[in-house]
Amino acid sequence: MERKPSSLVYKGWCIFSKDLKSELRNRYALNALLMFAVTTLVAVNFAVGQFGLGEKLLAALFWIVVFFSALSGLAQTFIKEEETKTVSTLKLVASPNSIYLGKLTFNIALLFTLEVVIVPLFFLLSNVGGANLLLFFGVLILASLGLAAATTLIAAIVSKAAVKGALFAALSFPILLPLLVTAIRGTELSFRGEVFMSGFSELKILLSYLVVMIVASLMLFDFVWSE
Amino acid sequence: MSIAQIKISGLSKSFDGRDVFADITEVVSQGECLVITGPNGSGKTTLLRVMAGLLRAGAGSVEYFLGDSVIQGQGLKRNLSLVSQDLALYDELTALENLHFLSRIQDCHFSKEELAQRLSQFGLGGRGNDLVGSFSSGMKQRLKYLHALLKEPKFLFLDEPTANLDEEGVRLVDEIIKSQKRDAIVVLATNERSELNYGEKTLQLGL
Amino acid sequence: MPNFWKFFLLLLMSAVIIAVWVMEPPQNQLGEVSRLFYFHIPAAWVTVLAYFVAMSQSVLYLRRKELLYDIKASSAAELGTLFCILATITGSIFAKITWGGFWNWDPRQTSILILLLIYGAYLALRSAVREPERRAALSSVYCIFAFPAAVFLVFVTPRVYQSLHPADSIIDTSGRIQMPAPILLTLLASLFCFSLIFIWIHRLQVAIGRDPHREGKL
Repeated sequence: MERKPSSLVYKGWCIFSKDLKSELRNRYALNALLMFAVTTLVAVNFAVGQFGLGEKLLAALFWIVVFFSALSGLAQTFIKEEETKTVSTLKLVASPNSIYLGKLTFNIALLFTLEVVIVPLFFLLSNVGGANLLLFFGVLILASLGLAAATTLIAAIVSKAAVKGALFAALSFPILLPLLVTAIRGTELSFRGEVFMSGFSELKILLSYLVVMIVASLMLFDFVWSE
Repeated sequence: MSIAQIKISGLSKSFDGRDVFADITEVVSQGECLVITGPNGSGKTTLLRVMAGLLRAGAGSVEYFLGDSVIQGQGLKRNLSLVSQDLALYDELTALENLHFLSRIQDCHFSKEELAQRLSQFGLGGRGNDLVGSFSSGMKQRLKYLHALLKEPKFLFLDEPTANLDEEGVRLVDEIIKSQKRDAIVVLATNERSELNYGEKTLQLGL
Repeated sequence: MPNFWKFFLLLLMSAVIIAVWVMEPPQNQLGEVSRLFYFHIPAAWVTVLAYFVAMSQSVLYLRRKELLYDIKASSAAELGTLFCILATITGSIFAKITWGGFWNWDPRQTSILILLLIYGAYLALRSAVREPERRAALSSVYCIFAFPAAVFLVFVTPRVYQSLHPADSIIDTSGRIQMPAPILLTLLASLFCFSLIFIWIHRLQVAIGRDPHREGKL
């Protein structure tokens, strides 16, 4: 055996890859996410039909789908640990910060995987032409990171309570609202084909939201995690 | 080699207003084994969990010493192992993957060969690439022991150590306790009369 | 609460209520309904005050782990919810009569709604956890975590929606409060009364929380 001290980031990475391996084996969270997203997207587009929606509504629709899909899958990483009784095993070996970082990374990966599927499908179904893709992806990436950052802590809270599904939605919504509003606005601008700088203030807000959420989560996570 | 010691003073825990245990005081040194006994529901598992740092104590404290210095936090985690029924391993990972993950997150690095060898020592030879979910409960218990001992802990906590084990397994646990007693402190929570003999010190709960 | 304060509150509140109905409506062009102003603003004020109390007590709980702080935090949150509902309803009535719709997504309206959602989520969380210490820890964390989000929202929404709130007509360009003395006085008195009511009920709630059997003696 070799004892070699390692960094917080390394440990977070260990936890992330463990979760990734697990998820790739049975895909519970990913399946839930994808099923929900695809179904909702197709259903709405079917209902709307040929008339199409304006840029504002399309932007709102996109983020509603992402938001609710996230709600159906992002709490899994903590809930599964509670249900399979591996929480205490994890508690005994890892520090709260490394656990938060690992789970956050996992949720980010999950969300990005969802978006890889949803974004092309969305563009296909909604006929959005002339969009500013740079702005769109800028908003998408920052907002997704912020979404994951805010919901990971809430997922930890919910995993220790009853009625997890509905509670996760109730707790997340007020906290995610500023993110959603800003992301919708930024995405709307990108759909209109506006120049990148016009969405600059939205990007600034998304970035500061992300930073604040991560810092607050790191400070508060231990209180949720330890008994 | 630094001498290990555990000092428990006035340890109490209550749930929902009801006392689980109160005012526990004890000192255990290296070479000694502490046996915690009591009827079902008397708080043996809770006491072990509080001592392992999984639960916060209501009052009092547990202090860990290696030589003269107090160890706590991550330093303590690296030297403490708990084996219990309600601490599961990851069913969707293989035995080797479990051991690999759990050891490297505690800064202990083993080669695949070393791990495979250890698996054989614990009667799990050749099962390294099988999912833990496919193991019987006896095999899972053995794997938990293996994981617990990999990092050579100074403090080994065992909750109902021979539950679910066959004769072979019981013998294995006996060997483990006897050998670990020399270099570490073993704390045992049990109902089995035969296991009372391991302990130089005994703590009776539920009185 | 000592008896002196109770009598003082009774007198002051009576004076306020009389003044509200006897004096001219504060904003003549809006008519009678603007009398709501004397109750709506203090209700909104107490909502925010209650949140700060809840948040500070949550921080104290996380630091010191004594359940008393959790009782104080949750009592404040319950009262805050009540006043928030009051503020939202009085605000909506005002909105309906003056702007034509019960709900207009005016930034201040949205802010009070968000606060209501946060309070609601907080109470939902509390009812979903059985063990007192875990409940206290989880709800304290949520109370604190929701604060930055609420702040973000208060700053983000005005950029998206225009403000219809009459406050902008009361505080003029120089920043000084442009209100005739009797109106200002009545408003401040009402604010003071509402705050006292909050403190009084909060103390009662905390006393009950500490010792549930005392209810009979209160």
